[in-house]
Amino acid sequence: MPDYAWPDAQHRTLIGTRVSRVDSPAKVSGQAKYTYDVHRPGMLYGKVLRCPYAHAKIVSLDTSAAEKMPGVKAVHIVQGPGTTIHWAGDEIVAVAAVDEPTAEDAIRLIKVEYKQLEHLVSDAEPPKSGVQEEGPLSMDAIDDMLDNQVPAGQMVSQIQQYGITEKPSEDTLNGLKEDGASDAVLDALRTAAVHAEVASKLPSSYQKAAAQTTGDPEKAFAEAAVVSEGLYGIPVITHCCLESHGSISEWTDPDHLFTHISTQNVSGIPGQMAESLKMPATNIRVHQDHIGGGFGSKFSPDRWGIFTAEISKKAGGKPVRIMLERDAELEVAGARPSAYARVKVGATKDGTVVAWQSNSWGTGGPGGGGMPPIPYVFSIPNQRQEHIAIRNNIGPARAWRAPNHPQAAVLTMCALDDLAAKLNMDPVEFFGKNLNLTKQRESTYREELAIASELMDWKQKWHPRTRIASGDMTRGVGLSFHTWGGRGHASDCDLTIHPDGSVDIKLGTQDLGTGTRTCILIVASETLGIPMEAIQLQIGDTTYPPSGGSGGSTTIGGVSSSTRRAAADARDALFAKVAPALNTQPDQLECVNGKVSVKGDSSRSLSWKEACSKLGVMPLTIRGKNPDKSKPPDLTNSGVGGVQMAEVEVDTDTGVVKVKKMVAVQDCGLVIDLKTAETQCYGALIMGISYSLYEEKVMDPTTGRMLNADMGFYRLAGLSDIPELVVHMMTGKGYDERGVIGLGEPPVISPGAAISNAVANAIGVRVPFLPLTPDRVLAALEQKAGA
Amino acid sequence: MRNDTDDENLKNPTDNPENPGVSRRDFLKISGISAAVPLVAGPRVIKAAGQRVRVYGPGKVPMEFAINGKSYKANLEPRVTLLDALRDEFELTGAKRVCDRAECGACTVLVDDKPVYACAMLAIEAQHKAITTIESLTRDGKLHPIQQAFVDNDASQCGFCTPGFVVACKAFLDKHPHAGPEEIRRGLSGNLCRCGTYAGIRKAIAQVAQKGA
Repeated sequence: MPDYAWPDAQHRTLIGTRVSRVDSPAKVSGQAKYTYDVHRPGMLYGKVLRCPYAHAKIVSLDTSAAEKMPGVKAVHIVQGPGTTIHWAGDEIVAVAAVDEPTAEDAIRLIKVEYKQLEHLVSDAEPPKSGVQEEGPLSMDAIDDMLDNQVPAGQMVSQIQQYGITEKPSEDTLNGLKEDGASDAVLDALRTAAVHAEVASKLPSSYQKAAAQTTGDPEKAFAEAAVVSEGLYGIPVITHCCLESHGSISEWTDPDHLFTHISTQNVSGIPGQMAESLKMPATNIRVHQDHIGGGFGSKFSPDRWGIFTAEISKKAGGKPVRIMLERDAELEVAGARPSAYARVKVGATKDGTVVAWQSNSWGTGGPGGGGMPPIPYVFSIPNQRQEHIAIRNNIGPARAWRAPNHPQAAVLTMCALDDLAAKLNMDPVEFFGKNLNLTKQRESTYREELAIASELMDWKQKWHPRTRIASGDMTRGVGLSFHTWGGRGHASDCDLTIHPDGSVDIKLGTQDLGTGTRTCILIVASETLGIPMEAIQLQIGDTTYPPSGGSGGSTTIGGVSSSTRRAAADARDALFAKVAPALNTQPDQLECVNGKVSVKGDSSRSLSWKEACSKLGVMPLTIRGKNPDKSKPPDLTNSGVGGVQMAEVEVDTDTGVVKVKKMVAVQDCGLVIDLKTAETQCYGALIMGISYSLYEEKVMDPTTGRMLNADMGFYRLAGLSDIPELVVHMMTGKGYDERGVIGLGEPPVISPGAAISNAVANAIGVRVPFLPLTPDRVLAALEQKAGA
Repeated sequence: MRNDTDDENLKNPTDNPENPGVSRRDFLKISGISAAVPLVAGPRVIKAAGQRVRVYGPGKVPMEFAINGKSYKANLEPRVTLLDALRDEFELTGAKRVCDRAECGACTVLVDDKPVYACAMLAIEAQHKAITTIESLTRDGKLHPIQQAFVDNDASQCGFCTPGFVVACKAFLDKHPHAGPEEIRRGLSGNLCRCGTYAGIRKAIAQVAQKGA
């Protein structure tokens, strides 16, 4: 059996080095084609009429004038009279026309009458009286869950646990099926217990989502020498992908759909579209060369992906492009749930953390959302948590890089940092003392904490909160820890060696700008001993072998493992054909530097091209898979740790916070391309600075609409906001041999907590909520002065 | 170029537009009387603020552009932006549509050597001006030094902001060939990136500025 294991450091030429991204030349020259850039012959342009209200019922709809307008090719009602709309910006009617101006004019001709309903867009602390235990589910609640893509299994278990408020009619069930309810969900609804008596009461927007106790927190708090209490939180933010969501769909014949879509999940799209379009998944082809950002918001075709296909059909199968406008992108196409908590933590006199209590709440829009994993990283022996989910009308939530972890880091690391301050301990010493609570990651964190302290020059920069520099400008430092899984997903890879020596690789994966293409080529090149440029790589199409969606930092582990297995098998198959020509056994051959040679005797060798000619006339195609227990070892792994530190400067007159320096120390097992790995960390730090200081989806309680649905007021960090950044990847012994682990999520988790802690260190008081805007900093300073 | 024969609402204009040269102030005055303008294409001459002013649209009018040294023609409504003309009519898709209101810089092109947000300029205004897009920076397959510096310093991730950034960098370095770190910070604040590639971009510009662009 071939040796699939990753080569050790002495036998690697490319893996772990700094290799330039292979698609950079296409990107810097404007040649890289994104979905938004695709221009199909005869393409029509789609526009969408959106609901201006956060909660409303559609009373009537008149599209006749739009349909008669010259240049309009199809009008499609997405949600008709009688439908209840749960967030502003939801889709009502789509129009396809010969050009964008015409489509825009047609949208203006559509008349909709709405009955406005009461809305809630706040995620402020729930009123004590308003909280309900999770009650029976209404059909609206089921619809919301479908809209929010709650997994079928989870829906079934909730329906079974809580029951429903009314027995659904067959019509209702058919409607739910059209909205994407699986058979399992429909069966659960048919057999669910009906609690009609509770239904007379309106369901509360505030639902107790979780409550758990470990150990004996009451006793632990009573015995703790020091107890710190505080309020912490992180608001709803949006993904703000620069390439908005959307697709171009066309019917190549009445039964076959061809879709270009901006997606993190090429291989998974046909299956998701098939049910809604009532056609076999095999008749749907999906293609994407490049994607302009996803960050967790682009796994599904979305309702607009479905109706783009439907309106194309109405327009005779002509290609129709519907890409979201920027305001829609920010209002409906991606939001990270908020999380707030009142946290109490206790420690012994020497700083050993013994007790945790949190009362947390937050919203993920109509679905409510779950409790972040708190306390995070540190398994405090005695703990009690209670979480209230707020269901409201801000629009659906989506996975955002490291779902729930950045929130958990803020709630945990800020509370612990305040406890350290109360103990008058340097956080490095305090967290260091409690690292045994991180269990299996302890030694990694300890090593990383020491390196980060050195790189930040922490000893020189840290000062007790009580000793703040006089004057208007004051500096401080803070730190945070994080963790993530990152095991490689399922991935199939076809590698073909042609008799002329050319090699091609096909995977139905996608490169989100993380360096996926580059890493696949590095692995193949390392394994076959030929240059990366000699290999042709094709990804992003459903005609290639399937690979998992790029989420949860699972891509690199998946594609590098399947590519490694395909390349190793192909190499050995080639050896079997070449061995006779070199008068040796296949296991005595190796391929290095573009040659196939006898191990230890480089004089007996064939060039790669000569060697491949021994294949005869037929190319050799090998499929590699991940996971593949029949081809050990496991090439990917799970579980990483990271430490980050931030240094800030705060202007106490204006409340403006500037980040002056950030340090990220990160492990991710075996690094395939050090250059793109470091870039991933730099990018995460920058994104982290952005959400720590600027980003918030601001909702207007009166109109129920997002107030900053543009890029002027939904502020992203710019180049001038970026300080000195230091990235240190943990590599070598203890890390490399773990195998390949994903890196997309981990480094984006800690910046919020690290920066908030640095600000607390700088000004001597906690600013409870991110983003750390000047008004919040000034309010905290004022409160401190008054205390 | 797109074939327009399919457009029922295309009206054949009778006159070639010259540079309309209507100031914002005049435009506001004209808008006030626009109800009096008949719904046909081609320039009307009206009196506004005591002067005779040509008014185009609202139908399509023929336009002519000089892009990357080549001549392009299209029939477009006056409300079409330069960005949409580049992308949808001429398939020059390097400039990206992101914010569509002059906030993010992803659509940056050069108009008479000055960096301009193509989403915030009407196509009709861009006629008879030298328009330079990202597509023209690569010559004979060889990357421009700024592009090469972006590659060397891994200054793109998803890459959607990259073409706008490269064009903005070119304009900046043409003007400040030996820019220092502080000038770079200020000079490139008009472009936004979501992946967080600023660290690489800063190194890329510094690399070129050191050598001299």
